[in-house]
Amino acid sequence: MEKSTDHLSIELPKLHILMDRSTEDFLVRVHKRTMAGWKLGLSESFFRKILYVAGAFVLVILTAIFMSLAITAIPSIGHFGVSFLFGATWDPVRNVFGAFPFVIGTLFVSLLALAISTLFSLPISIFLGEYSREGAISTFIKSVIELLAGIPSVIYGFCGLFLLVPMVRALEIKLNVAPYGVGIFTSSLVLAVMIIPYSASIGREVISLFPSDLKEAAFSLGATRFEVIRKVILPYARSGIFAGILLSLGRALGETMAVTMVIGNSNFIPKGIFSPANTLASVIANEFTEATGQLYLSSLIELGLVLFMVTTVINILGKVIIHRMDMKEK
Amino acid sequence: MKYVLLLLLMLVALITATVDGAAREQELIGAGATFPYPLYSKMFDVYSKEYGVKINYQAIGSGGGIRQLINKTVDFGGSDAIMSEADLKEASASILHIPTCAGAVVITYNLSGNPQLRFTPDVIADIFLGKIVKWNDRRLSDINPGLKLPDMNMTVVHRSDGSGTTFIFSDYLSKVSKDWKEKAGAGTSLNWPAGLGGKGNPGVAGLVKQTPGSIGYVELIYAIQNKMPYGMVKNKKGNFVTATLSSTSKAADTNLPDDMKVSLTDTDAPEGYPISGFTWILVYKDQGYRDRPEEKAKELVKLLWWITHEGQKYTEPLEYAALSKKAVEKTEKLIKSVTYKGNAIMK
Repeated sequence: MEKSTDHLSIELPKLHILMDRSTEDFLVRVHKRTMAGWKLGLSESFFRKILYVAGAFVLVILTAIFMSLAITAIPSIGHFGVSFLFGATWDPVRNVFGAFPFVIGTLFVSLLALAISTLFSLPISIFLGEYSREGAISTFIKSVIELLAGIPSVIYGFCGLFLLVPMVRALEIKLNVAPYGVGIFTSSLVLAVMIIPYSASIGREVISLFPSDLKEAAFSLGATRFEVIRKVILPYARSGIFAGILLSLGRALGETMAVTMVIGNSNFIPKGIFSPANTLASVIANEFTEATGQLYLSSLIELGLVLFMVTTVINILGKVIIHRMDMKEK
Repeated sequence: MKYVLLLLLMLVALITATVDGAAREQELIGAGATFPYPLYSKMFDVYSKEYGVKINYQAIGSGGGIRQLINKTVDFGGSDAIMSEADLKEASASILHIPTCAGAVVITYNLSGNPQLRFTPDVIADIFLGKIVKWNDRRLSDINPGLKLPDMNMTVVHRSDGSGTTFIFSDYLSKVSKDWKEKAGAGTSLNWPAGLGGKGNPGVAGLVKQTPGSIGYVELIYAIQNKMPYGMVKNKKGNFVTATLSSTSKAADTNLPDDMKVSLTDTDAPEGYPISGFTWILVYKDQGYRDRPEEKAKELVKLLWWITHEGQKYTEPLEYAALSKKAVEKTEKLIKSVTYKGNAIMK
């Protein structure tokens, strides 16, 4: 008697009727089958419940984070209102706080880092996903990229401070700009290297999953490798690659340690690519431990809330764009 | 499944065992300022070896220390800054400021040849306000005759994080420059009118060392250890003083208030370095709060007495300035005023 494994929840009441032997045997078999099915169905629904709980757990944690930020930020929200987002002064002595320079700094650094990193991660994805899928070189490059993701951000900060800053300073002297060395440009470079692994691995996955028969069809029509990549693979993989880029951007927005060491920590709105600036995460990390005073603390938490919101908005925007790309594909 | 449960059970047992163990030992807990942390590390290590009382100090910053003391989760707090009115109100009980040592803030710079520069209070203020931007500015060369200062832009470096060093420096500037008091004021974190921020004393020192033409402020210890040049500063009595351990201690050779809640900046002392400050240990005046055992209060008072007397011999080797005689005298009175439910602990 084969056990049926594709029934889900079949619940049959036990039958208590007078019957003859063969019918009883039959009914016992049916009963055993439905009980097996029922047990399986039970384990199925139990498993599904566990999955729901796990999913709900993540939602609960996210809501809890948001609520704890919002509640602690209430004094500052009540005091400053919307002007917090557009205020350009951060003065702990006079208790005047405004997040605008930091929002600008965060977006500037992250988007610039994203642009620089995509310049490298896209070719890497194409190379590893299409040209060199297997072999020693491919494995080596893949491992190196994974290693990049594993390096602690403080190390990136140190490397930036001791290796990159003097180089950028020399460049600034040549360009006749203030020779700080630290600033938006330096932090974007450091950040760009940090976030390459995220978009590179996802992009590589998506490109390598491209159905080979479509590729062969294109080749058989006489397309060159480059044309196949440009006209066939990339449009197909576009939304996946963009999702990888979005992941990198999320990482860049929140990065604290590496950025705070090389950004110059100047609470003014940055004037150009070489000026020092400050990001939301960097300000919080720097000033939180010494902050006394309810309004000061609450304003710092509100910065965290602003960062949370910025990240959420960008993620939603990204998802919308991905959706549009998918729609276009269809 | 069984193994998982067993593992969980072992974990719970382990956690409860260690939690119980920690509470049983005679231990004092403190938290606060990072500036005296190396000194406290050494002091508490020696003290626990001599008296068997373990002291756990977490260098989370002056603000954190004050917060923890207000929440009564620590036995004492460490702070480079005097507690504000708002914090004192929140504490609802009287808090004593016991000074443990003094530190100095020096003006360090990066100029080729490492010349020995002299600064006056108004020049320092205007540099950090962003008003004096070139090294060969008239006002600088006037007080440094005989030095050829380059035609270079000044890059100001300040602290990006909240710190007691910033508090001492900005407190000094607020006293000597009305402009500074209006534009920036005194505090552990400021709205700096100009310059780059470095994280921690090492951050500022690093930036200054790397950036030619830069000028910043660091704790004396860091300047000495990193062999950085620092300037002489004109004090209130008109003397150009170099920051040394003795000139820092001498800054406290003035009339000190009984509660020791005093800022040593812009000191009257003729040989005192004008940008100095105490660092304090904060304790509740009456130790009989929240069913605190009397034993703990006694241990704490013993510790405070030791820090300000025998413990002072560990300050100089670690490049901290010891308390001056006058400071110790006033501190003794403060420590003797600590009570337990109304009765003085040390007679």
